Amino acid sequence: MTLLGWSQIVVFALLLLALTPPVGAYLLRTFDGRFTWLGWLERPLYRAAGVNPADGQDWREYTVAVLIFSLVGTLVTYAGLRAQALLPLNPQALPGVVPRQAFETAISFATNTNWQSYVGETTMSYLSQMVQLTFHNFVSAATGLGVALALTRGIARRKDPQAPAARATVGNFWVDLVRGTLYVLLPASVILALIFVSQGVIQNFAPALEATTLEGAKQLIAMGPVASQEAIKQLGTNGGGFFNANSAHPFENPTPLSNWFQMLAIFILPAGITWTFGRMVRQPKHGWSLWTAMMLLFVVGAGIAYSAEAHGNPVHAARGVDIVASATQSGGNMEGKEVRFGIAASTLFATITTDASCGAVNAMHDSFTAIGGLVPLVNMQLGEVIFGGVGAGLYGILVMVVITVFIAGLMVGRTPEYLGKRIRSREIRMAMLYALVFPMVILPLTALALARPEGLAGLNNAGPHGLSEILYAFTSATANNGSAFAGLTGGTTFYNTLLGLAMLAGRFAMIVPAMALAGFLAEQEPSPETAGTFPVRGPLFVFLLIGVILIVGALTFFPALALGPIVEHLLTATGRLF
Amino acid sequence: MSAATGRPLFDAPIVKRALSEAFTKLTPRHQARNPVMFTVFVGSALTTLIAARDLFTGVPGVGVTLQLAAWLWFTVLFANFAEAMAEGRGKAQADAMRKSQTQTFARRLINPNDRMLFDTVNATELMKGDVVLCVAGDIIPRDAEAIQGVASVDESAITGESAPVIREAGGDRSALTGGTKVLSDWLVLRVTANPGESFLDRMIALVEGAVRQKTPNEIALTILLAGMTIIFILAVATLQPMAAYSNAPASVPVLVALTVCLIPTTIGGLLSAIGIAGMDRLIQQNVIATSGRAVEAAGDVNTLLLDKTGTITLGNRQATKFHVLPGITEQQLADRAQLASLADETPEGRSIVILAKEQYNLRGRELTGAAGNPDDVKFVAFTAETRMSGVDTPAGELRKGAADAVVTWVRTHGGVLPDALGATVDAIAREGATPLVVAERSEGVARILGVIELRDVVKGGIRERFERLRAMGIRTVMITGDNPLTAAAIAREAGVDDFLAEARPEDKLALIRREQAGGRLVAMTGDGTNDAPALAQADVGVAMNSGTNAAKEAGNMVDLDSNPTKLIEIVEIGKQLLMTRGALTTFSISNDVAKYFAIIPAMFVGAFPALAALNIMRLHSPSSAILSSVIFNALIIVALIPLALRGVQYRPMGAAVILRRNLVVYGLGGLLVPFVGIKIVDVLLVALHLV
Repeated sequence: MTLLGWSQIVVFALLLLALTPPVGAYLLRTFDGRFTWLGWLERPLYRAAGVNPADGQDWREYTVAVLIFSLVGTLVTYAGLRAQALLPLNPQALPGVVPRQAFETAISFATNTNWQSYVGETTMSYLSQMVQLTFHNFVSAATGLGVALALTRGIARRKDPQAPAARATVGNFWVDLVRGTLYVLLPASVILALIFVSQGVIQNFAPALEATTLEGAKQLIAMGPVASQEAIKQLGTNGGGFFNANSAHPFENPTPLSNWFQMLAIFILPAGITWTFGRMVRQPKHGWSLWTAMMLLFVVGAGIAYSAEAHGNPVHAARGVDIVASATQSGGNMEGKEVRFGIAASTLFATITTDASCGAVNAMHDSFTAIGGLVPLVNMQLGEVIFGGVGAGLYGILVMVVITVFIAGLMVGRTPEYLGKRIRSREIRMAMLYALVFPMVILPLTALALARPEGLAGLNNAGPHGLSEILYAFTSATANNGSAFAGLTGGTTFYNTLLGLAMLAGRFAMIVPAMALAGFLAEQEPSPETAGTFPVRGPLFVFLLIGVILIVGALTFFPALALGPIVEHLLTATGRLF
Repeated sequence: MSAATGRPLFDAPIVKRALSEAFTKLTPRHQARNPVMFTVFVGSALTTLIAARDLFTGVPGVGVTLQLAAWLWFTVLFANFAEAMAEGRGKAQADAMRKSQTQTFARRLINPNDRMLFDTVNATELMKGDVVLCVAGDIIPRDAEAIQGVASVDESAITGESAPVIREAGGDRSALTGGTKVLSDWLVLRVTANPGESFLDRMIALVEGAVRQKTPNEIALTILLAGMTIIFILAVATLQPMAAYSNAPASVPVLVALTVCLIPTTIGGLLSAIGIAGMDRLIQQNVIATSGRAVEAAGDVNTLLLDKTGTITLGNRQATKFHVLPGITEQQLADRAQLASLADETPEGRSIVILAKEQYNLRGRELTGAAGNPDDVKFVAFTAETRMSGVDTPAGELRKGAADAVVTWVRTHGGVLPDALGATVDAIAREGATPLVVAERSEGVARILGVIELRDVVKGGIRERFERLRAMGIRTVMITGDNPLTAAAIAREAGVDDFLAEARPEDKLALIRREQAGGRLVAMTGDGTNDAPALAQADVGVAMNSGTNAAKEAGNMVDLDSNPTKLIEIVEIGKQLLMTRGALTTFSISNDVAKYFAIIPAMFVGAFPALAALNIMRLHSPSSAILSSVIFNALIIVALIPLALRGVQYRPMGAAVILRRNLVVYGLGGLLVPFVGIKIVDVLLVALHLV
């Protein structure tokens, strides 16, 4: 471990702190309609779609819009991938994507997961990358933002004294979708893509370069419009790389500086929206409390992962290998990491990408030490609430807040209420339905894969590490993260199908109860805050929220983790490797 | 605060009955009401079957399985016992009430207007609308309303209060409760309830829990607990394939043990006991809630509407000071004021006599004329028209009354108004007191002597109680018929947050609606028929037992002591109930951490000896670790029964302070206690050679 390594975590946290208010303010102005500078583009879109942007939708209408939009997008992408060979921008003349992979990939991108069981450069044409996949990169992120805003509006809503019987609306999905894409994701992606190009990320339509290596062998070097996809890959917490190696590839992420921009791009919208949320519910400090809880969980995770990787593998040390950091080497466990990033930036990236349900990787998590790999796994299992996916992180942590307020709120001697809205049986029912999705999907599917020969066939490693690989795959899919532990051959009918279903459940089985919660809260008139109200800001609340997130997440997965990374770690200490 | 009718927590007959009921509640139908305990129930049955099979086939280690099965059953039994204990206290109370429902006869009048003409019928035959006569010594046969007469009634059967109360026809004291006893005089009553529907019947049903339904918060909490139960069942059920993959398959009893330890059995087992005990604590305070929902709502109350008279102030206004005008001594004024009030039997009048006696040592006198002839003295009673009272003696006339009335009287009798009068009267009124001007007329000319200050006396300690309520985030609003000036002054003195002056019943209702529209929950007390709409509208409406039947029907609680201040205790009991639930839920969930550290290494240490590192409690062996976790899990339910019945300690403080305190005790405590507890059980098991 080095001072430089630790200071990277600290500097990252401080940068995020500085960027949160301006980004949050930008989001606030975008979604409350104060920004109109792209109105000339926006209005024709509504006209063409026959949407009146002033019309509010109640939670059911909003949810139906989300579901129909996602379904249509998934089907179009499936068809597009299958028909790839017939479409232009395919210089390598790649064939159509096979059904099982097209099914999984269409779902994967529509659910903001971007799990990739294919090798991008040899499976996807430029058109597929740019239109089919990048389209979803934008709109799936905007959809997540929309759901988060709907829940926020539900919490913040007060009855209109002029029209007390008015419908409890939570916004208009089409407006949120258009504004999120037009005002937030597109401009930011343009700027970020230019920055990436300046760092050496490629952007072209050229066919693959043929090079002759020093040994005289022929090598194909993949080309393509990378920078444009790279920007939204991070900003939209998508994570689907242009190349198979993702952000470890020098054409995707060439320099330490581009690496920093990528890391910040992942967290910037999920962090900013906590600020927006605080303003919208008229409790800025509550927004900051959520931010603080997320930040603390992030810093602790990053610290553990960094420390585990910097300590390296005890088996190496026992054999007399020098794994101490020095001027000539980074020390620790460098397996699967890029030399240009080193241990700190690799573990930091791994923590960020799994906290934020992004799934981009700049190092191979499979090669991390047991504890170093445990951190990304647990980050996802906690529900993708440590900043989390764009929008998804906010609505995820809000559900955790509802559960926290319910459990602990009773202890102040009142029926639990959250920002004046009561948490009664129907609200807690939706929160529990949401919380049940992870254990109901991840655990049975992992167990199934471990019990079936088709599941075990994909394993490259035995023992606890093999268990971790399968657990990681289903966790990543359900959490809509998309990062792979690698070491598992996911391109089979068994995995394509099950992972695709896990992604669907992890997205829509969670969005529906979150939206119902938004609707139920929207229908209530808030009670005023008094000295007897459960406090949702300050250190005590932050501590409590972290406690509930850890207890609900960790207790659910502890038995599985004990047989995976935990026992692997203990066995490594005794000299066994997997 | 009225003294709770104390019954010890573990009363021998109640414990005995609860012990047997713990077994009778062991039916699947009863258990299915509670998803957490139903899971334990199914697990116990499953483990028992496996233990029986192992016993039959002679599998080694069956001793531990048998013990596991036994302790799993104990877990269910302990939860049943807790519920039976909570119910038992109510049942004992109900039995006492039922005794007062002895066979009685009633004199049913054939003609309501003729008290002499009746037939004697069995009390159970009376129907709503029948008219009966009750004389001294009779038991009131059913809930009824007095339509003629006045009597003193012993209501101790209902209230436990031995002092008799007066009941009379007409007005707000006309309601009679079946089972109470007429001590003197007679009453003609109209029966207001059919057999089985009387207040006492309903009370018995309530305290017995026959009509007990899950309250809204209880339902919500059950959903949370059921959700957590599903999560842990999933975690354990999917563990088996993972364990098989790791070549460390677990036995079914061990998986059951892990499930039972992880699901929130502590709160699951005590949940219904907590709710019943909350109702019971109210009963101990002599308050009957018609539903658990009302008790819960009491904890949520944001605004308390309190009647001024009797709640905030001591009954009526009292004379507190004599203000003299120039040319008169205080002694003279006190003397004349007393003289004018001697025959005045109103509370104000009496208080003037007392003040004069206490401050100027003037004793009450026989009023006589100059020649010692009492017939010369004439009292002038207060009328709404004159708004004055006084006395006429041969020596002169004395008057006291409202300032403008007395001023007019003085003017008509040729008197001159002193300059200082206006200022004095205004000063008194400004402070919220009532000025009473005293004047005398001798030899034909009237003059003003001074002013008596009448003031509401705020009850001792009430200010501090309101401060406590404020700390809890509860606003107090005083309701009074006084003018705004007077109301403001008393409000200031009592420390209420707001007041409603010159309040009519419809104003009260409007205020409640206004508060509720702002998302607030409102509690109030009331006794009169005109309070009924407001009592029905309020989220917590406490009717006084002395009040009318209409009021009792409208409210959702009845205070048998008729003490309006008790609203504060009711709120505290509601809060305590919710806090107890929250505290035990937190405790229960925190407990899981230690149980994981006990059971997970125990399950897999055979396949992965390195997992012994997780056995941080250094438990003796895998079977002792699993058994001690299950035993601890069962015993903690018993250990927490007193807490569930009594409720967590409650102090009126702000939410943040309460939360911090409870989190430390029940959250952190819940995290640490099982580490110690499981270790102790483990040591004992080893010492007793049970594993």
